[in-house]
Amino acid sequence: MSGLALNNISMRFDLPNGGSVQALKDVTLNLAPGELMSVLGPSGCGKTTLLNIVAGFLAPTEGEITLNGHRVLGPDAERGMVFQQGALFEWMSVRDNVSFGPRMKGQRESKWAGNVDHLLDVVGLQDFKEKAIYELSGGMQQRVALARCLANDPDVILMDEPLGALDALTREKMQSLVLKLWKETGKTIILITHSVEEALLLGERLLVMAPRPGRIHKEYRLPFADMGVNADLREIKKHPDYASTREEILGMIWDMEEEIMGRTEAAQ
Amino acid sequence: MTGLIILAVYIAIFAGSYFIIMRLLSGRRSDFTSLKTVTFGDESAVVSNRAASVISIVTIFLIWGAFTGSKWVPGFLHAPGPFVGEAQFEYTARADDGTEDSATVTVLVHPISEEATAPEVDPGDGWAKNDSDTVGAWRSGLIRVDRNDEKGRDQGHTVIAVNGEPIAPGGEVNTRFGRVGMSQKGTLNFVPAKGLQMEAIWLPPPEAVVKRLVDIASEGYRGFTLWEHLGMSLYRVLLGFFFGALVGVPLGYAMGLSDWFRGWFDPIVEFMRPVPPLALIPLVIIWAGIGENGKIILLFLAALWIMAIAARSGVSGVRISKVHAAYSLGASKWQIMRHVIVPNSLPDIFTGARVAMGVCWGTVVAAELVAAEVGAGMMIMAASKFQQTDIVLMGIILIGIIGFGIDMLMRWAERVLVPWKGKG
Ligand SMILES: Nc1ncnc2c1ncn2[C@@H]1O[C@H](COP(=O)(O)OP(=O)(O)OP(=O)(O)O)[C@@H](O)[C@H]1O
Ligand SMILES: [Mg+2]
Repeated sequence: MSGLALNNISMRFDLPNGGSVQALKDVTLNLAPGELMSVLGPSGCGKTTLLNIVAGFLAPTEGEITLNGHRVLGPDAERGMVFQQGALFEWMSVRDNVSFGPRMKGQRESKWAGNVDHLLDVVGLQDFKEKAIYELSGGMQQRVALARCLANDPDVILMDEPLGALDALTREKMQSLVLKLWKETGKTIILITHSVEEALLLGERLLVMAPRPGRIHKEYRLPFADMGVNADLREIKKHPDYASTREEILGMIWDMEEEIMGRTEAAQ
Repeated sequence: MTGLIILAVYIAIFAGSYFIIMRLLSGRRSDFTSLKTVTFGDESAVVSNRAASVISIVTIFLIWGAFTGSKWVPGFLHAPGPFVGEAQFEYTARADDGTEDSATVTVLVHPISEEATAPEVDPGDGWAKNDSDTVGAWRSGLIRVDRNDEKGRDQGHTVIAVNGEPIAPGGEVNTRFGRVGMSQKGTLNFVPAKGLQMEAIWLPPPEAVVKRLVDIASEGYRGFTLWEHLGMSLYRVLLGFFFGALVGVPLGYAMGLSDWFRGWFDPIVEFMRPVPPLALIPLVIIWAGIGENGKIILLFLAALWIMAIAARSGVSGVRISKVHAAYSLGASKWQIMRHVIVPNSLPDIFTGARVAMGVCWGTVVAAELVAAEVGAGMMIMAASKFQQTDIVLMGIILIGIIGFGIDMLMRWAERVLVPWKGKG
């Protein structure tokens, strides 16, 4: 069986005071190769936890994950992660960051140099390849993170709010870039975001999660990502379906937030 | 008293130069910094004013020179010096028979570095005869005015006034040249005016310190050249620091990576850290004697805990997302150690090294003060026993310069070797 499969994943964190938090409950999900899924949900609903489990940084308390038929038991180069920020190696140049994966595998420079150069071109950092990480802007750093992940050629790319810290314009450019790379490389991508618009534009599938315990609330299949590959993202936003789906999801998350607030108020 | 005056002069120069410089520059102070609200803790909000630094240093030397009568400071800037030259005052004495007579005392006040003989004076009329004597500047001298008088103490010779002002045992009269006091036994005591300058034995002028530096640099001190003294101290610091880092850094890494190591060494490290290395000197002397070994051990201990703690925090301070990123890029444990943990800890280790070098430098000087045959600390300690204040000052200045130099060197190395520091 190819693709990524999550079977009844539950995650409970034991707290130092003896209590525990049920971060995820019975999450079941299947992603075919090449699918792009965006994940939305109120803060604290377990999105990061889910991604960390898929990446192999956390072991779920129940359930199992398989990728292309074999079980996920820890971090591996087949599942790459793009972090929100601060995960680049600032003691290395841009090029050394991007080539980190191949170098760790012991590949010779002649083998990876072409691909790394190509990726630096794609993300528009060819002129900055010898620069230090701290000399780059936030948006440039995110492009390095993306290129670094791609250079390692993973089957699945996991992104935890990769564009959250960027300004609106840079963000839009990066969104186009993500779509372009997705179509070109055919990677399976899970993208967590706080922006409903971003989730709509990028997600071929869109997952809305609900909190306490974290679970899948609703799933959508959307046409916008496919449209966006060749079109201006701003044009898509004028699409009537886009606006109605946006309102629906916003209302849904709004209700959940209301409920959380109400519950914490009742508890006080 | 002089101290207060120096403080007042210092504050006056501080405030005066502030107003002058700021007024002069006020025309072009409409840049962004003047609009910026200073955020506390934001280091870049306040930058050091170059002019202030230069004036500050010049002021210190100026005050130093002015209050020591330095030749390098123009005379009109000098604080009033001690009185030097011929001082005169008149005394009036009374004998048993009720007669009174006056005579003049001439005192040659001479610089203490010179010998002097009492000036010749005409004895004068009456039974009280004129006297002469010598007193060194900053010193005082008893003047037995009755010695040459025709009616001596056996005839009840008593001094009753100086310059016309009545005086009694225990009392004193101020003259233009200084203070004339009277001892309980009735003998006059002349204290020439000291002025506001410091005596060289307390504070030598800058040129004396420089002269000493030149002398010692060419002739050495106590059997060793100046370079041997300073070099030896530096050598001890480097050796002690080297061993301290050699053991401390791996220890810190182990503590950052293994909970067993952490648990085992945490109590020791946390206990030893607040113990000032100086407090270990007696123990180290008992155990290892006052020779080289003792000093190296002391400096090793001074550097060890600092380096261990720096390495520990460097390792445990790594962002977990960096380690996760490396894992999901396919790096092995060892590769993560070498390519992520170690480089990530370097800035912390450098900061630790800077602190450790500073502490070691201070500790070596202190250890040499206690016991050593050669070294910067030994030099100033030995000099202080002979009141060679100029050597003491020279030593302190050299120790300060070297300590500063070490720090600058470490900062420079930091900038070159870990340019990503604080930019993660
Ligand atoms: N290591 C941990 N120990 C204990 N509780 C944890 C831990 N990590 C996460 N949690 C809890 O699990 C729940 C889900 O956390 P998670 O970080 O996955 O949320 P999230 O959906 O990513 O939120 P956000 O949108 O704010 O990033 C939260 O209630 C959080 O407090
Ligand atoms: Mg006489």
